[in-house]
Order: sequence, then C-alpha cells, then structure tokens
Amino acid sequence: MERVDPKVVTDVRRESRSEQIAFLLMVAALIVAPFFIYPLFLMQALCFALFACAFNLLIGYVGLLSFGHALYFGWASYLSAHAAKVWGLPPELAILTGAATAALLGLVAGSLAIRRQGIYFAMITLALAQMMFFFALQAKFTGGEDGIQGVPRGKLFGLVDLTPHTTMYALVVVIFLACFLFIHRVINSPFGEVLKAIRENEPRAISLGYKTDRYKLVAFVLSATLAGIAGGTKAIVFQIASLTDVHWAMSGEVVLMTLVGGLGTVFGPVAGAFVIVAMQNYLNALDQWVTVIQGVIFVVCVLLFRRGIIGEIAHYFKIRL
Amino acid sequence: MFDIFGIPSQALFGQLLLGLINGSFYALLSLGLAVIFGMLNIINFTHGAQYMMGAFAAFLLLNNTGIGYWGALVVAPILVGIVGIIIERTMLQWLYKLDHLYGLLLTFGLALIIEGVARNYYGSAGLPYAMPDSLRGGQNLGFMFLPNYRAWVIFASLAICLSTWFVIERTRLGAYLRAATENPTLVRAFGINVPRMITLTYGFGVGLAALAGVMAAPIYNVSPQMGSDLIIVVFAVVVIGGMGSIMGAIVTGFGLGIIEGLTKVFFPEASNTVIFVIMAIVLLIRPAGLFGRRA
Repeated sequence: MERVDPKVVTDVRRESRSEQIAFLLMVAALIVAPFFIYPLFLMQALCFALFACAFNLLIGYVGLLSFGHALYFGWASYLSAHAAKVWGLPPELAILTGAATAALLGLVAGSLAIRRQGIYFAMITLALAQMMFFFALQAKFTGGEDGIQGVPRGKLFGLVDLTPHTTMYALVVVIFLACFLFIHRVINSPFGEVLKAIRENEPRAISLGYKTDRYKLVAFVLSATLAGIAGGTKAIVFQIASLTDVHWAMSGEVVLMTLVGGLGTVFGPVAGAFVIVAMQNYLNALDQWVTVIQGVIFVVCVLLFRRGIIGEIAHYFKIRL
Repeated sequence: MFDIFGIPSQALFGQLLLGLINGSFYALLSLGLAVIFGMLNIINFTHGAQYMMGAFAAFLLLNNTGIGYWGALVVAPILVGIVGIIIERTMLQWLYKLDHLYGLLLTFGLALIIEGVARNYYGSAGLPYAMPDSLRGGQNLGFMFLPNYRAWVIFASLAICLSTWFVIERTRLGAYLRAATENPTLVRAFGINVPRMITLTYGFGVGLAALAGVMAAPIYNVSPQMGSDLIIVVFAVVVIGGMGSIMGAIVTGFGLGIIEGLTKVFFPEASNTVIFVIMAIVLLIRPAGLFGRRA
C-alpha cells in the first residue's frame, strides 16, 4: 500500500471545494440574473462564454493558441441557421448539425495545424480560418453579406416553444452548464492530465510513450465541437448567422475574452466573456473606438495582467478557480 | 494578339504582372517577418498595420508637407521604424523571456489599436495617392503593355530583398546577426551589444513593412484595413516558406504571387483562397515548410 500524505489530500479537497463553491455561485447568479438583466444580453454573453471555454481548453490546457476559432463558431452558426430555416429541423437538431459541422472542420483543420508547433500553429489556424471566410463570402447558401436571416427558434423536442426569451434563456443556460461541466470533467480526467503534460513538456510526454499528436488532435476536435455548439446556439438565439462570426476579428475577440478572464482557469473565460460582451454593449456609443479599446486591453493584459481577472483572484486567495 | 490555352495573352500577362506585384509585397513583408522572428522570436502581428502606416505616412507627407513619393520612400520607413523602435523598447522587450504566444497577442493588440485609430480618422474608404509623374506611362513590349510604375515596384522590391539577403548572409554585420540568433549570450560575451542589435533589427523589419506600404500606396488605395487583409496571406506564405531562410522567404513570396495571378486567369473563384490551399498541401507533404528546417 502506498501511503498518501494526508496534507496533500486535504489540499486537493480544498482546491476542488473552491471550484465547487464558485460553480454554485455561478449557477445561482444565472438563475437570478434574468430578473435584473436583459435576457438577450445574458444569452449573448453565455454563448460567448461557452465559445471562450472551448477556446481555453486548447490554450489553457494543451498550450495551443488557435487564432482561427471563428471558423468553427461561424460555420456552425451558418449550418445551424440553415438547418433550422431551410431544412426545418427542430432547434436541438439544428444545433447538433452545427456542432457536427464544427467537429468535421476541426478534424480537418486540426490534423493540418498540429503538424507544426508553437507560433506556426497559430498562423496556420488563422490562415485556414481566413480561407473558410472566403468560402462563406462566396457560397450561395450563406447569403454573402446579408447572412442567413429570419431563422426560426422553433420548438424544442417539438414541445417547448422557444420564441419567448424565458424558455430560450433556460435552454441556453442548460447547454452552457452541460458543456461547462463536460469541459471540467475532461480537464480533470486522465486524458486531461496527459494534455497538461503536453503543455508543460511535449518531448517528455512523447518519451513517456504518449502519442501526443493524437491527444492534441482529440483536444482540438473537442474544442472545435464545443465552439460549434456555442455558434449554433447563438444562431438560434439571435435568429441570424452572418459573416461577422467567421471573420478573423471574432477569432481575436475570443482570445481577448480568455486572456482577460485568465488563461488556463476554469472560470476565467466565462468572466472574460461577460466583461467583453458588456463592454461592447454599454460602450456602443463609442462606435469605432471599441476596436481601439480592445487593442489597449490586449496590450495591458499581456504586459501587466497576464493572469487575468480570475487568475489574479485565485492567486490572491491561493485557491484554484 | 495570340491565345495561350484559350486565354488572350494580354489578359494572361496582365494577371502575371499583377501576380508579380502582389508577390513583391508578399516577399518584402515575409522577409521582414522572418528577420524579426529570427532575432526577437516574436511573430510581428503588427506588420500589416505598419505596412498600412507606411502608406498613410506617404499620404500625409504629400498632403501636409509636400514631400512627394521619392521623399516618402526614405522618410516614411524611417518614421515608422522609429515608432517600431519605441514599441520594442517600451513593450516587446519585456516579453522575450515569456512564451512566444504573448508576443503574438501583444502585437495583435497593437495592430487593433493602430487600425482602429486610422479608421476613426480616415474612415474605411480608401484614399487615393497619386503616382509620381516620373513613373507615369509605360512600355509596349509587343505582347503586353508594361506600366512603368509596376515595373519599378518589381525591380525595387527585388533589389531590396536581394540586398537584405546579401547583408545578412554575406557581411560581417549579418554574421553578428546570425550568430546572435543562434546564441545571444555567447555573442554578448564577445562584447557585442545584442539588445541594441535586437532593437535595430525590429526597427529595420518594421521599416521594410513601411517601405512596402509606400510602394503600395499608388497601386492600391491607402486604407486602414489594407494591412490586415494582407498580413494573413503573408502568414500563410511564411508557413509555406518556413522562416529559417531569407532566400526562402523571397522565393516563396514571388512564387506565390505568380501562382495567385495565374489562378485569377484560369479559375478566378479560387484566387482568394489558392495560397491557403497551397499551404494545406505543403503541410501535408513537407510539414516543416519548403525551406524550413525540422524544429
């Protein structure tokens, strides 16, 4: 029998307890929030929060910076919108169509991108996303500059009408929490430990016998799929899919959200998404300056504030979040 | 007039020329990226914005101080290069010990700032920049019409690329640079001021981008987003060529420009995406890039 240091065990327990408390607080906040805050804003923020969590799965736990995540987000929203509007699929199947599209695209783009490391990985993902942006611009079914408009929200499982914001919000919260818990499960599984090992020292992981390329690809596809669920949900909520969601600026935005919240923290991307979406909504009057402000936040975060909001809190209280 | 593969030669050579022009800019920009990456280990996402700054500098010099094209060709790269040096001294230098990714993120943020500010003051529409009088007109080569300005751009960028290659690969200064890329600590031990060399390298790379911007101003309009559209293509060029070799960056830049031009003739729908498709194919066949060494 191996003897385990009791102090270590309590530490692990305390760490996971801080996450549990934070999770319960988040759930409580999401239940109370629609009574005080405009639900459409909350749904937008939650879609981006899920998108950022998906992105964080790669950068935070495998150390891969994908600069083209708009590809999965945007194309999933196109396919979900198309499935709901043209094929007449119910919302749950429409979102799944989007997720499947993103998974497929993630498989193709991922298997190309993981052939190079580090900085090249970021450039390849960006270039592939730009290529698919041009496809979206030229393809017939995407509607070009107009996008796909007037997407019906439909009835969930043919029963629950999603047209009122209340039911739609409930569905978005359920999707978000399910994906959030799934990501949490993944990063704390043996598979997740291997991912972290790759992030820390890839040659060492290889020498231990792990086929790191395969792990990276699976993580990439997972991340793309989750980004696709976020994009598909957003298309159903806002009843539109447009070029904005496949543009490189969107890829930059999800990086910014994750960076502001804290790379490699569980709750960081959620906090970051709410901060950035709130900024975009409330600073709307500043119009073009929003881009400049985003740029400034990037610079400030990288130079002075690399842990991000949640990372700083976790560091200050010496807990894991 | 004669046809080649059913395409009028005029159209074919016209697109080839356009391809060579685009290739000149790809080569100049990917060269700058490669030089900066070699010394700083940072992918300079601001490169596109700095190219745009070069074009805007030329525009502002002409309209506010009356300095024309030839003056701008010298002054604009120096001005933008100085801005680059300030950026390196105040921001980039704190990131060298961190993961490469932070350099990319910081320069991406800077690109957003520069582009956003330009858009706020000058709008998204392009501003026209007049061609210098001395380069108006063109030559009739019999099989096609060659505008003087385009011939000049191709000639000038080839000359700049080759002299950069010569300086880095064949002179003592270049030897110091290459040595400092390999092992900065050892080179410092020989009494060479490596941090200053890094700063000047960044300034030089940024200056190259601005120079490309000045040359682009009379061909494309001067507009805030001219850089961001281009830089992503240049990233693909860099992935294809690999950043290990200066000559590789030049050859890949021009070569891909020509391929893009030909695609416009034979399969116009794919002209926006052909470079990305080539990138995907190269990744499948030679993951390290055409001129890259396996890391």
